[in-house]
Amino acid sequence: MAIRTHRASATAATGTAEESWIEVGGLQKFYRPRRSEPTHALSDIGFTVRRGEFVSVVGPSGCGKTTLLKILAGLIPKSEGVVRISGRDVRKPIPEVGMVFQSATLLPWRTILQNVMIPAEVQGLNIATHRKRARELLSMVGLDGFEDKYPHELSGGMQQRAGICRALVHDPAVLLMDEPFGALDAMTREHMNVELLRIWRESGQTIVFVTHSISEAVFLSDRVVVLSPRPGRIAEIVPIDLGRPRDISLVSSDAAGVYVKRIREHFNGAGAID
Amino acid sequence: MTMTVKPPATSRKPRIDLRERPEIVLVPAVFVVVVAGWEFLLEPLGVEAYVLPRPSQIAASLGGQLGDELFWRHLWVTLQESLAGYLIGVAAALVLGTLISQIRLVERTLMPYIVAFQTVPKVALAPLFVVWFGFGMTSKIVMAAVISFFPMLVNVVEGLRAADADRIQMLTVFGASKAQVFRLVRLPTALPFIFAGLDIGIVFAILGAVVGEFIGAKEGLGYLLLQTNYNFDISGMFAVLVVLSVLGLVAHFLIRFLQRRIAFWAEDSRVIGA
Repeated sequence: MAIRTHRASATAATGTAEESWIEVGGLQKFYRPRRSEPTHALSDIGFTVRRGEFVSVVGPSGCGKTTLLKILAGLIPKSEGVVRISGRDVRKPIPEVGMVFQSATLLPWRTILQNVMIPAEVQGLNIATHRKRARELLSMVGLDGFEDKYPHELSGGMQQRAGICRALVHDPAVLLMDEPFGALDAMTREHMNVELLRIWRESGQTIVFVTHSISEAVFLSDRVVVLSPRPGRIAEIVPIDLGRPRDISLVSSDAAGVYVKRIREHFNGAGAID
Repeated sequence: MTMTVKPPATSRKPRIDLRERPEIVLVPAVFVVVVAGWEFLLEPLGVEAYVLPRPSQIAASLGGQLGDELFWRHLWVTLQESLAGYLIGVAAALVLGTLISQIRLVERTLMPYIVAFQTVPKVALAPLFVVWFGFGMTSKIVMAAVISFFPMLVNVVEGLRAADADRIQMLTVFGASKAQVFRLVRLPTALPFIFAGLDIGIVFAILGAVVGEFIGAKEGLGYLLLQTNYNFDISGMFAVLVVLSVLGLVAHFLIRFLQRRIAFWAEDSRVIGA
């Protein structure tokens, strides 16, 4: 596969940042609505992600996992603390980041290829080279032949795959994923998980993956950050030592089950987690 | 590749299925039944032909009109008035609507006046316009412009605000500027609304021109309608009404055609009347 990999280009980058590519420390987030009490959404969040690492964030509904991801993406401001990506403070969206959303959010008036090209287009990157990359990415996720189709002609799973290509087209160092497969049926979801690991292996991005599915987090991740119910604070960071590459049969293995059980124990009584 | 998906078959020729689209038969059938009933049932019911002329008489009158050079002169005048007024009204609404939807201060300053002016029955202004702008085409153009302005304005404002928050957020993550968000999401989202405004506006513009001609004019279809009325030429009146309807229909289908070409992703958009 001729996809330019991030791992290859990354080795030349600063050696010190290699250890912790994403740094979050003492992060607090309050929502202060004008006419009601402030909500404490995130409390004292601290963790680091190494370059090329796959880290998932799990927690019950409303624990602030999406808020955390939006702060990492520079979409909403933090209240206190440190948020750095490749040594830079995150205050607004930075081009080193690609994001995959809960729904594919493809623009219905653009073809799949035109949708995938959006990051390159808004960042003023070379159109010809990135169009080539976009085609390669689409082919990598099994969407060759669909470049000139419109989103409504694709199934939900195919749309989400196009959304992943869009997040990767500008070759970002970091990929943030916000429950990207939550809307898909169980079969498609498992399939997409396998696909994602393959894409990750080939492209080498650092991934922060938010999900409410513990088994999904265990299957995908190097480490799982477990958040407690609101205000979200870190209950545990669980390293998943299951080796790589991983096969879908791992999901139902005893080894994975041990991790799932250990994480689930944090939510006994907390509800709202599958 | 774990999954190969065949691209869907390209361009199937649309076949007319009567079970799916019964209106293809039913619409002409209703026309035939109504016209036949009108032609042959009024005589036995005792409705005089000079009060409600028969379709055959209207057709004869229409044929006579269409052969008359003077009639084409009237049609041409009304057409010019409607189109000129329409273009002015619609262009003004586009500019003002964009400003209102994008600049908070403009909205807050102008909205009360617009709401106040919108409640004025515009048709009631026609006598005033004739006094101000005379018996010529200008007063009718102003009337057509004013009356087509409001439905267009409402749709432009609503359409430019209708952009999906998730889509805007997606563009923001990838580093889009406000101008890029406007061009890539807000404007395309507004297009179906704008076409709805254009569609209502053209019918309103013809209405405005004809009403203007009622009040004071020496030519135009509105003037011709009054002349036939004074002469108690009822079938002549019907002939003019038929021409006016055809005018409106042609304009409507022209705009629908453009909409399907340009805003192809939204077949049925929310239409906002005024």
